[in-house]
Amino acid sequence: MPAPGHAVSLEEQIDQWRGYLHRRQAIHSVDVAELEDHLRAQIAGLVDAGLAADEAFLVAVKRMGNLDALSREFAREHSDRLWRQLVLVSDSGELRAPGRTNAIVAFCLAVAAGVAIKVPVLFGLELDEHRPEDAAFYARNLSFFVLPFLTAYFVWKRRVDTRTLSWLAVAFAVAGVFANVYPFAARGSTEALTALHLPIALWLVVGIAYAGGRWGQVGGRMDFIRFSGELFIYYVLIALGGGVLTAFIAMIFRAIGIDVGPFIASWLLPCGAAGAVVVASWLVEAKQSVIENMAPVLTRLFTPMFAAMLILFLGTLLWTGRSVDSERNVLIAFDLLLVVIIGLLLYSASARNPRSPPDAFDGLQVALVVSALLADAVALWAIAARITEFGFSPNRVAALGENVILLVNLVWSAVLYIRFLRGRGSFAALERWQTDYIPVYAIWASIVVIFFPPVFQYL
Amino acid sequence: MGMEINKDLTAASSTRLVLAILAEGDSYGYAILQRVREASGGCIEWTDGMLYPLLHRLERLGHVKARWKFAESGRRRKYYRITSQGRAQLAEERRQWQAVDAMLRSVWQALSLSVPDSHRASAVASPHGA
Repeated sequence: MPAPGHAVSLEEQIDQWRGYLHRRQAIHSVDVAELEDHLRAQIAGLVDAGLAADEAFLVAVKRMGNLDALSREFAREHSDRLWRQLVLVSDSGELRAPGRTNAIVAFCLAVAAGVAIKVPVLFGLELDEHRPEDAAFYARNLSFFVLPFLTAYFVWKRRVDTRTLSWLAVAFAVAGVFANVYPFAARGSTEALTALHLPIALWLVVGIAYAGGRWGQVGGRMDFIRFSGELFIYYVLIALGGGVLTAFIAMIFRAIGIDVGPFIASWLLPCGAAGAVVVASWLVEAKQSVIENMAPVLTRLFTPMFAAMLILFLGTLLWTGRSVDSERNVLIAFDLLLVVIIGLLLYSASARNPRSPPDAFDGLQVALVVSALLADAVALWAIAARITEFGFSPNRVAALGENVILLVNLVWSAVLYIRFLRGRGSFAALERWQTDYIPVYAIWASIVVIFFPPVFQYL
Repeated sequence: MGMEINKDLTAASSTRLVLAILAEGDSYGYAILQRVREASGGCIEWTDGMLYPLLHRLERLGHVKARWKFAESGRRRKYYRITSQGRAQLAEERRQWQAVDAMLRSVWQALSLSVPDSHRASAVASPHGA
């Protein structure tokens, strides 16, 4: 019998099978190696039982199961590798057609957002710095010119069921009421707080549409975190490009003696800024498998720098014995610092393989979080000691509340991270904590929007 | 045996089964499946490939740890080991299953008085009666 011939053909068959597996994006080559080991063991077992090599191969492949189902299962388990739902909902065969439809729908919604932002003009409201009341209306309602369209895009794309859809609509309607019924004092701080916090609260609504039924899962929420980070980066890039374009438009039209300043200020800028959010979201979705995600790369770069900065700050504080100024701006600065630290933590966590053991970078992360906590504790202490002296203004209470929320998140993150470093817990616990915490931000933002104006007499 | 366990029960028991097999000692995918077949006497039908996403999930949750080693054949093979957290999880799950099992038994005991004769014969033959 031509035994060597058999061996070659078996190897060829296994090669071919491996090739099929490699084409699945969700199955990485280490998994292919693991599955191949299984296949070979299975074949060997069957050959021992008396089957011919090619028969054994067929049986082993059959037992391995349907490759589509298998790669879908891998995609579900490893959503960090491939955080697009395309694989989960549709087969590879129909990938191409939805790509174009997606682009068309996204473009239409972007145009709609651009048009929506000009609709108030029909009612005599102008986006103009000389008309502060109109500007205040725009500031409060900015979310409604953009986020409903973005939500609509995901509702369409994820085929969100009607029950969820009605809840999303209710959320927007309620938000619309609270943004506009209160008799805010002109240039008051509660109005500014509403303008600032409404988008944060509504971002959760976008998230629920984005997750499209996977909001209950850690993976679904983590994907939304990834999406948010990438969206921010894409938006900044588009804004930069838009800035260059605008500068050129202004320049070349000035060369022929036409001033396009008013056109830019009242049309190009607002419409472009609103539409760009939808376009950026579509880009994030469309390109996520094409380029490596940017947010994790940036966190790798900046985590050491921020850690060094904070440690230097703490050292200086200790060395010189200075105290932290207890102004409101200081509190806001520390709030922002905590936001950045959580961002660094989140986006390095989002790209991390939760299975790999702790490494030096994890140690660095812990150093970053702990030093941020210490710095914030010092600032908080200085402010808390004198808050009674200053009184409770809406801004101060909002900033203080945010600080507490961020602090709680970071303290528990630090605990979980240290547990993970010492081998007592899994990285998944940290992921779960961060994703479970998302609604807390939205709840606090809603509290600021709903309760602060009446409590502080709309000042 | 001829008896087949339905999909839901298979899905519910698979994680525990794998953890329990790993509690017996470190193992790798193919051997785990062999052990499952042996333990179930063929009444659980698994698709081989699906074991791996399951193992990876257990790894992500910290219940097992994986390590690549060279097998006797000279090929690299991924071995899984249960962690202390995994053992704790297994103990907890076992407690819950035993509670469910005890509950079902007590209800079924009452029911068995009214089971037709032909069924009772097979019920006595099953290991549950022992």
